[in-house]
Amino acid sequence: MRIALSHPMLVLAGIAIAIVAWAGEPSASRAETPEETGHRIATEARDSLKGFGNFTAGMTMILRNKRGQESKREVRLKVIEVEDDGDRTLFVFDRPRDVKGTAFLVHAHKEEPDEQWLYLPALKRVKRISASNQSASFMGSEFSYEDMGAVEVEKYSHRHLRDEPCGDLECAVLERVPVSKDSGYSRQLIWLDLAELRAMKIEFFDRRDANLKTLIVEDYNQYLDSIWRPSTMTMTNHLTGKSTVMLWTDFEFQTDLDLGDFTKTALKRVR
Amino acid sequence: MTVRLPLLLATPLILASLLATGARADNGFFDDVEVFGRLSSETRLYPESAGHPDQRSHASGFAVEATMYAEDDEGRSITLTPFYRYDAGDPERTHADLREAYFLAYGDIGDDEWELRLGVDRVFWGVVESRSLVDIVNQTDLVEHPDEKTKLGQPMVHLTWSGDWGAMELFGITWHRQRTFPGRHGRLRSALVVDHDLTSYESAAEEWRLDLAGRFSGSFGPLDIGLSAFDGTSREPTLLPTPVGTGLVLAPYYEKIRQFGLDAQLTTGPWLLKLEAIHRSGLQNRRFDQRLFRYEEEDYAAFVVGGEYTINAVWESDTDLSLIGEWTRDGRGQWATNAFENDVLLAARVGLNDEQSTEFTVSALASLDNGSHAISAEFKRRISDSWSLHVEGTAYSGIDAESVVEEVLYEVRRDSYVGLNLDYNF
Repeated sequence: MRIALSHPMLVLAGIAIAIVAWAGEPSASRAETPEETGHRIATEARDSLKGFGNFTAGMTMILRNKRGQESKREVRLKVIEVEDDGDRTLFVFDRPRDVKGTAFLVHAHKEEPDEQWLYLPALKRVKRISASNQSASFMGSEFSYEDMGAVEVEKYSHRHLRDEPCGDLECAVLERVPVSKDSGYSRQLIWLDLAELRAMKIEFFDRRDANLKTLIVEDYNQYLDSIWRPSTMTMTNHLTGKSTVMLWTDFEFQTDLDLGDFTKTALKRVR
Repeated sequence: MTVRLPLLLATPLILASLLATGARADNGFFDDVEVFGRLSSETRLYPESAGHPDQRSHASGFAVEATMYAEDDEGRSITLTPFYRYDAGDPERTHADLREAYFLAYGDIGDDEWELRLGVDRVFWGVVESRSLVDIVNQTDLVEHPDEKTKLGQPMVHLTWSGDWGAMELFGITWHRQRTFPGRHGRLRSALVVDHDLTSYESAAEEWRLDLAGRFSGSFGPLDIGLSAFDGTSREPTLLPTPVGTGLVLAPYYEKIRQFGLDAQLTTGPWLLKLEAIHRSGLQNRRFDQRLFRYEEEDYAAFVVGGEYTINAVWESDTDLSLIGEWTRDGRGQWATNAFENDVLLAARVGLNDEQSTEFTVSALASLDNGSHAISAEFKRRISDSWSLHVEGTAYSGIDAESVVEEVLYEVRRDSYVGLNLDYNF
């Protein structure tokens, strides 16, 4: 009886919620498929990372092998946004010492393959390199070139799996399947906090669908009152027991960089 | 050499200390001053007995190359890179060079950009692995390595105008640098020794002639292309046998030449497809006529065509395997002044992609006209943040006495070697 009595109340409350939701957020009014939800959240997450214009930063990687031995990589980066195209990124290597002055330029694209050039200071040679090496390790770390690239929605197909708590926050869990056959992954699971759509954790699955790596993202800071950037990213490889801690420092946004600083000519003058 | 050496070395050091002093001051001119470089110990052994008199069976010593870089708050910079090598085997290999000493500035022209480099600098053009064909701005520092890829610093004015469409570069070059050659005690040389005191030039201005060069380069989707022109004194000398006392030496003669070059690379998926081609005029070429070498001016063309195929994550690991194949052809055929008249390079490179960046390369350069070939192996590995190891070896074989006249490799047929370099990078 009590159940029967409360039932119409629930229906009414449900209708009221639906009306409010419809008014506020039209897309939620009709039944969204998990794919649509995934794509929408991924697009919103991507958009929240856009609009920075350009920035420079320093990055240190601490590589740890199974026995706990450590080695260090130091890189400086410059990044610029390009209208209707992928970002352009310039990496300059400082450590290890034998690659000091080596630089790496990426022109990322949304759909066509990225363009990549490597500058070798000993020969003063600029070498165009293949972008099909997506799964190769970046400087011997547990991060691959693919992991280093900017996140473009077009590079994955998304599916929303569930919402669940992640630490003190509430996260959406998306599954994303890379479009490129050059990707080293069959799929990834990404935890995005619902409040700010920041990536908190990513699980990577290899081509045989084994859980290859886990990335934990921490210590977010907000820049320009809108852009969230993490300071600590820890990638653990479950197959090898190796891990890499990536520490970000010295973020500077809206510098005087322009597209001329991301050309083959500019690549030859970096130090 | 020993007289000029202290001066050559001292100049950049004095300048660098001035720069460093400037930077330390609160309102110093320079924002950022850096010093970095490499100290390298080298041992090279030649297991076979020498093919020519006076040659030693080893080359050992050290080399140091350091760069001092200073930049002001507008991005203008000064770069100084002195180099010095000491070799106990061949005194001619002991040498100093100012690899770089230039001022750099750049800025915007509308959406485009200009860049000026003024001073001693190194410039590289090209895409292929087997040889440097198109590359011509800098002189080869041949005593460093027989692969001819190490270059001497070259004074120049280098102006670049670049934009979305590519880059146009103009070079005004003077103070022609003489190619370095191994001395009497050195290996990897011809039977006759080059005597730098007998150097002569076609140009009346000798080494002070103003050489001009230009290059357009651009990227168009998967295609990177460069078109270049050079008008000036040849980097490659004609070596004229000249009597001195009771014997013969080689006198370098540098002619005026004009060269047009093309370098292109198509990067598509795992494939890199490469082409380099030149047309050169003004150079005297060697002919063998009635038991004597004869030299006559003759235009010629040469090219290298080939590719590189990379398999990532081979053997279910992080390892990359690259397979390289190149065909190199010189229109002068058997009279080519190098070992690339009609040859094929086949190489395999294995990169472990590990923390130590371990890399193995094996390659074979084989003549399609006779049985001569050179087989090389190379191993590179980082030992720590500062130390790295480099081992290489080359074996020359299949070079028979019948090829004495036309095969350049004949002279080095007994110079197979193993080299070990231990580098300290700072």
